[in-house]
Amino acid sequence: MENPFRSEAAAFRFLLITIGAFALIVVASLISTILGVIVWLGLSAAAVGVYLRQRGPGPKPQHIEHVGGPEERRVLVVANETIGHDELLGAISTRALSVKTSFLVVCPALTTGLKAWASDEDPARAAAQQRLDEMLARLASVGIDARGEVGDTDPLVAIEDAVRTFHPDEIVIATHPAGNSSWHERGVVDSVRVRYDVPVEHVVVDLEAEAGS
Amino acid sequence: MSAHAEVLHDHHGPPEANQSSRVDARTLGMLLFIGSEIMLFGSFFAAYFFVRVVNPSAPAEWPPEPYHFPVFVAGVNTAILVTSSFTMHWALQSIKRGQRAGFLAGMVLTFVMGLAFLTTQVVEYLNVGFNTGDGAFASVFFGLTGLHGAHVAVGLSLLLMVIIRGSRGHFSPEHHHGVELPGIYWHFVDVMWIVVYATVYLL
Repeated sequence: MENPFRSEAAAFRFLLITIGAFALIVVASLISTILGVIVWLGLSAAAVGVYLRQRGPGPKPQHIEHVGGPEERRVLVVANETIGHDELLGAISTRALSVKTSFLVVCPALTTGLKAWASDEDPARAAAQQRLDEMLARLASVGIDARGEVGDTDPLVAIEDAVRTFHPDEIVIATHPAGNSSWHERGVVDSVRVRYDVPVEHVVVDLEAEAGS
Repeated sequence: MSAHAEVLHDHHGPPEANQSSRVDARTLGMLLFIGSEIMLFGSFFAAYFFVRVVNPSAPAEWPPEPYHFPVFVAGVNTAILVTSSFTMHWALQSIKRGQRAGFLAGMVLTFVMGLAFLTTQVVEYLNVGFNTGDGAFASVFFGLTGLHGAHVAVGLSLLLMVIIRGSRGHFSPEHHHGVELPGIYWHFVDVMWIVVYATVYLL
C-alpha cells in the first residue's frame, strides 16, 4: 500500500476515504453498537485486503526515453566488487566498438542494513569511490571515455537514480555467481528487467575462478 | 583520474548530501512529522478510551449526566473544516495549472474556513457548560479537541505563509512544493478531526 500522505492529492483522497469509513461506522453504531463493531472490523479487513492485493503484480515496465541522436547509445554499467574485472571490461569494450556510445558506471555504496539506517555510509561510499576511480582509470587507459558515480546503498535505488538522469539505452549489471551474490539472492537483475523496457545484460564475474586461473 | 574523482578530491568542506530517488527529503520530513503526530494523538486517544471503556468506574452515559456535547455546532464545524480541504485541493490544482487567481482564492478561503473552525471551537469551549475540573471525561474532551485545535492553529500559520508567499509570486506550475506540504498537513489535520468528532461527539 502506498503512503497515504505521499502527496497532497493522495492525502486528499485519504481524507475522503476516512470520511466515508467513519460515516459508515457512526451510522452502524447508531443502529446498534454490535453492528458498529462489525462494520469497523469489516472495513479493517477490507483495508488489509486492498493492501495485500496491491502487493501483487507490479506496474508495467517503465519506458526510458532515448536521449541524443539516433546513432547515439547510452550504456549504464552497474557493479560493485566485480567492477574492473575482465568479464565486465570485455562487455564494455564490445559496446565501445559501436560509434557514439557513452557509458555511466554506477558503483552502489554497499553496506549493511543497520549502517544504512544509521546513515553510517561514509566508509562504504569511500570504498565504492576508490573502486570506481580504478575502473574509470582502466577504461581511460584503453581509450574508453566513461563517467562514473557512487550510487545509493540499495542497488535498485542506485539504478533508478541513474536511469532518471542518464536515460540509458541498455543496462549492464555485473554480479558474483549465484550462491555467492546478495544481488542474485535479492533478485536485483530480475527486478531491473521487470522495471525498465531496455535490454538488461547480466555479466557474471567469478572472482574465485579468476584468481585460480 | 576521472573528472568526477578530481572534483571530489579538490572539494573543500563537508561532502554534498547524497540525494536518493527513494523519497524526496522534504516530503520524508513531513511524513516523519505526521508519523510523530499520529503517535501523539494515539496517546490522547488511549487516555480517552481508558476513561470511557477500560476504567471500572466509567460512566454509563457519555458524556455523564447532566453534561452534553454541542454535537450540532461541532457538526457544522466539521462541515466547515472538510470544505476547507476541498478548497485547499482546489488551490493546489490551480497553481499546478498556472491559475494564480484560483490558487489565491482557494488559499484565502481555506484560511478563512480554518479560522472560522478555530473561532467556533473557542466559542464552544466558553459555552460548553463544564470545565477541565469537572471530571476525567472533561479532561480528555478538552485534551483531545484542544490538541487538535492547536494543530489547526499551526496549520493556519502555514496557510498564512503560503498566502503571503503566493501573493508575492513565489509559486508556479513547476515550483509549488511550498503549497504541497502545508496541503498534506492540512488534510492530515482534517483526517484527525474526523476521527476526533466521530469518536468523542458521535459514538
